[in-house]
Amino acid sequence: MARIEFDRIRHAYMADPKTEADYALKELSMTWEDGGAYALLGPSGCGKTTLLNIISGLLHPSGGSIRFDGKDVTTLSTEARNIAQVFQFPVIYDTMTVRENLAFPLKNRGVARDEISRRVDETLRIIDLEEKADRRARRLTADEKQKISLGRGLVRSDVNAILFDEPLTVIDPHMKWQLRSKLKELHQRFAFTMIYVTHDQTEALTFADKVVVMYEGEVVQTGTPDELFRKPKHTFVGYFIGSPGMNVLPCKVSGKTASIGGNKVRLPVGAPKDAKSLEVGIRPEFITLTGGRTGIPVSINRVEDIGRFRIVHADLAGKEIAATLPEGSEIPAEPRAVFDPANVNLYADSWLVEAKG
Amino acid sequence: MNKTWNNKAWFMVLPVLLLVAFNAVIPLMTVVNYSVQETFGNNLFFFEGVKWFREVLHSDRFHDSLLRQFFFTGTILAIEIPLGVIIALAMPRQGFWVPVCLVLMALPLLVPWNVVGAMWNIFALPDIGLMGYSINALGIDFNFTRQPASAWFTVIIMDVWHWTSLVVLLAYAGLRSIPDAYYQAARIDSASRWAVFRYIQLPKMKRVLTIAVLLRFMDSFMIYTEPFVLTGGGPGNTTTILSIDLVKAALGEFNLGIAAAMSIIYFLMTLLVCWVFYSAMMRGEDE
Repeated sequence: MARIEFDRIRHAYMADPKTEADYALKELSMTWEDGGAYALLGPSGCGKTTLLNIISGLLHPSGGSIRFDGKDVTTLSTEARNIAQVFQFPVIYDTMTVRENLAFPLKNRGVARDEISRRVDETLRIIDLEEKADRRARRLTADEKQKISLGRGLVRSDVNAILFDEPLTVIDPHMKWQLRSKLKELHQRFAFTMIYVTHDQTEALTFADKVVVMYEGEVVQTGTPDELFRKPKHTFVGYFIGSPGMNVLPCKVSGKTASIGGNKVRLPVGAPKDAKSLEVGIRPEFITLTGGRTGIPVSINRVEDIGRFRIVHADLAGKEIAATLPEGSEIPAEPRAVFDPANVNLYADSWLVEAKG
Repeated sequence: MNKTWNNKAWFMVLPVLLLVAFNAVIPLMTVVNYSVQETFGNNLFFFEGVKWFREVLHSDRFHDSLLRQFFFTGTILAIEIPLGVIIALAMPRQGFWVPVCLVLMALPLLVPWNVVGAMWNIFALPDIGLMGYSINALGIDFNFTRQPASAWFTVIIMDVWHWTSLVVLLAYAGLRSIPDAYYQAARIDSASRWAVFRYIQLPKMKRVLTIAVLLRFMDSFMIYTEPFVLTGGGPGNTTTILSIDLVKAALGEFNLGIAAAMSIIYFLMTLLVCWVFYSAMMRGEDE
């Protein structure tokens, strides 16, 4: 396993990119720590797969360099990089048995015969397919096929990283959960560097130590699930993570007070001078509805009951907001929204304004 | 639900029935009828039982043309299938050249059979044809109207020219349907070019290649016009394959009984080979 470093990596699919928008992946420098479990999260077309293919060498970046444990591999081919990848749709060699599938990458690398059979047996045990070892791979179910794909990576003990490109897309919901916990278990046991692409936030948050959120070819935030929840660095992260997403309300700011349609909200920070647009971001979980005298008056549009709590959609100074309401509590007759001051964020031009020092 | 029973509905099936009767059942039954009877003209027929069948099955002439038929079909399959696959593999997967290649490939398929025969006849003539003249200019004695080997060479190369495209197009369609992830996975697994072909491309092309082999088998087994126009079965009887022999017997010699028995044996053989081949391939699919 290896530490993977990106040094000003960028990529454009067109031959002669001119503007920033021509890049499918905008300039990016970051480090993927050895043994880390990363989730790469973002909507379709945000550059997740491009980034993954740059790591595996299926794609050579237009600019910048990539290093494995300090060694520059930018120009190396996929074969030479020793990476494993599991694709969205299970890729198996139809005509081979499960055992032959697992032996294939070793055979291609000229590993000795008894070494191959030792490692294949071990891998079969790890992925729980011992009983089906001599069955034709084609006849297995989608989740078993995906396990074979994974197994072809695990069988090589020296892979630098295992990449997953939305591997659970075609798996039945009840098997998804099992496969996910299997992956987590394997990661804890073998501590391989793992990068997992998904557009499903539950998948990303339950699975990874670090979540990398991408938006329009750019990494907008890298952090633990908790950081993404409390301090989204970009309004997109706020929308994208959480259900429902963060409320983003345009405002005017003077000093450390925001004014939303004439209502004052205290802010942790002041606004930067050159900001073109300013917004307050607050998660539904941090809004309380009270019948008291403090808070901003809202009018309720509708209430969704989703079991553990209710989601209230209300109108606040002409903008719809969502707030969660704990089970059993009443909706006040003249509701007012109170924002938890510790969890109010200010966004200038969509990016979080952070307190200095 | 209440079903309405109305036997007049059977009239709706009548057009199809008539169509099938006229284009398949009646001609076939006529042949069956001929195959068990003898005639001396004047539309007088005598029942002969299986005499013609016995005669055909024991005749050296039939054995020889059958052998020639298998030689022809085997040779063109052995050339066209691998050649078609190789060309399909070499064709570009995307870009400007894809439509160009496809159109070029489709061209021979658009030429009518008799034109193909006439074209190759002239092309291969040793005195005025480009191919015939060139081969002779290389110092090889080539004359397809006199030498059996030259005649066979011309017949086979004509069929390869005309029909390899079909295999190419089918194989290409099969190749195009392989998702990129398979190739990417193969690179990650360090698979060689040969391994990619053997374990990814070939298995994925299996279905279309089955169809290609079946089509080429049936077509080559029934082929008539092209070799007839090119060599007419000659020199002597050396390129007389089943269909040419059949027409000779039926229309040249007016041996209706023999010809009809031959037709039926011929028909059953085609059917049998196709069925055996198809079920063998499909069983492999299920395993």
